[in-house]
Amino acid sequence: MTGRLKISLVAAAVAVLAVGVPFTTSFVILLVTRALAFSILVMSLDILLGFTGLASLGQAAYFGVGAYMTAILATKYQIGLGFDFWLVVLLGLMIGAVLAAVFGLLAIRASGVYFLMITLALGQCVWGLAYRWNSLTGGDNGINIQVRPKFGIDLSNEVTFFYVVLAIFAASLLAMYVLVRSPFGRSLAGIRERELRMKILGYNTWLHKYIAFVIAGAFGGLSGVLWAHTAGIVSPDNVVLTTSVDALLMAVLGGAGTLVGGAIGAFIVIAIREYLSTLVPWWQYVLGGMYVLTIFYLPSGLMGIPARLRRRRGAPGSPGGEEKLAAAPS
Amino acid sequence: MGVNYWLIQAFNGISYGALLFLVGSGLSLIFGVMRIVNLSHGSYFLLGGYVALTVIWTTGSWVLAIPVAALAIGGVGLVMERVFLRPLGFDPLRQVLLTVGFAFLFQQAALDIWSGNNFDIEPPALLTRSIQVGGLYLPLYRVFMIAIAAVIGLVLWLAMEKTRIGAMVRATVDDAQMARGVGIDTSRISMFIFALGAGLAALGGVIGGAFLGIYPGLDFEILPLAFAVVIIGGMGSLGGAAIGALLVGLADNFGKALFPEISYFTLYAPMALILAVKPTGLFGRE
Repeated sequence: MTGRLKISLVAAAVAVLAVGVPFTTSFVILLVTRALAFSILVMSLDILLGFTGLASLGQAAYFGVGAYMTAILATKYQIGLGFDFWLVVLLGLMIGAVLAAVFGLLAIRASGVYFLMITLALGQCVWGLAYRWNSLTGGDNGINIQVRPKFGIDLSNEVTFFYVVLAIFAASLLAMYVLVRSPFGRSLAGIRERELRMKILGYNTWLHKYIAFVIAGAFGGLSGVLWAHTAGIVSPDNVVLTTSVDALLMAVLGGAGTLVGGAIGAFIVIAIREYLSTLVPWWQYVLGGMYVLTIFYLPSGLMGIPARLRRRRGAPGSPGGEEKLAAAPS
Repeated sequence: MGVNYWLIQAFNGISYGALLFLVGSGLSLIFGVMRIVNLSHGSYFLLGGYVALTVIWTTGSWVLAIPVAALAIGGVGLVMERVFLRPLGFDPLRQVLLTVGFAFLFQQAALDIWSGNNFDIEPPALLTRSIQVGGLYLPLYRVFMIAIAAVIGLVLWLAMEKTRIGAMVRATVDDAQMARGVGIDTSRISMFIFALGAGLAALGGVIGGAFLGIYPGLDFEILPLAFAVVIIGGMGSLGGAAIGALLVGLADNFGKALFPEISYFTLYAPMALILAVKPTGLFGRE
């Protein structure tokens, strides 16, 4: 598949969502909005996982600070409920980036399993604060956000809100796509494939990884801002280890190193968790089983299926690295 | 707040550390031998507690519940290692995700079998009393926890340092490739250590179930603490796990008593710092 065809497919999918979703039930609209908001976090993780080769177990930390910041500003200071919603969006990007800039100083030196562990520890630091710092975060109960922003348009209307989230999602996807296609993104891929080679070529690989880490943090914060208004409640559950793990699983399920794969993974997992769970009590077997099967039989994720089919048919598959990169161990 | 208050806090911290040692030592050995970040370790803890409950409900024997739970979950670990982790080869990301997939499956299975209620494991009446030591009333159960962790720690240490199998395990931790080269069956060692680690976590679940309770979600609550033990102590080192468990137990208790609002932060921030400075942990082998 050529690059242009891929872009048109993604654009078509976004257009289908934009046209089709408002005609569905309010439950579906909410579900899609949630998936879109969370997708940004998963795609931000994919910048690290799929394009830089860093598997992080603490991405929920950035999601969490973005969400908590939104909730605290909205409930304690009434900031972000009018036009200043866009200021909060900006602040969300910034707080995620700042946190990642601090955490990155500690984490980037490590690689492989140690990177997993240190990001886990850093994520737990944020969770610990969210869980325990009652006066600021409301502790275990979290913070309820009563109203959504209203500025000319009313975001408490679910269709309007859906369009805002969809627009931010599309803009984020585009920004990240441009990033990974840029020379900077190419050198990240070089680091993923063989860091030593890049070092010898004269690249400052530490700095490259650090910048990628900070950018991923920024989008994580943005995702948190949207999530806070989507869910209407922010709690330690948003920062807990399992949320980081979820993001990782969604990225791998969709296909690491593809960006949109992360969004697909998020849609599927959220659909199973929030829709299938209303139908059958054993939905978690489906989820767990799907993870296990994906890891065994689809190391390149759902996005790797077309390439696989092509190879099976004997046609010359795409020589590109997309297939290789997801399967490549860090 | 007199001296006694602090002594009680220290005692509580040490006894909590004893529990964490049971969970952390297994995780540390598994990491040392196999380099696996095992995110289903918390599930073994929880499942151990549940199996113990079933044994207690059917036979009424708490003493019997301990070995049955440890063996049953050790068996689960063994099967998981043989059937799923072994064929996966060495890839930290896929291993992590696989163990999470299993953690979800275990969660659902536990929900189906034991329902979502909160349970307590009732220890024998003998252990629910308190003893008086120098003006302090110490719950006997916590003394028992410290004793059992000490005994198990000692047995593990002797097994690692004085037996042939222990030497093989240490060799595998230090350099798996060389160990294979001199004829050590590292695959067997991995299987054995994984089962042992799972069994130890289950044992922790039975012992800890008396004062933590047994409920859905406990698995992912205990897991990060176990990782803190492993990281602070050093991966693959038993002595390190003991010291790490003690430090985490004390930090947790004093943190909650002294500055409750940031108590978890004071636990995990040092963990991150240690990792950043010395990735193998304070007492880990290079």
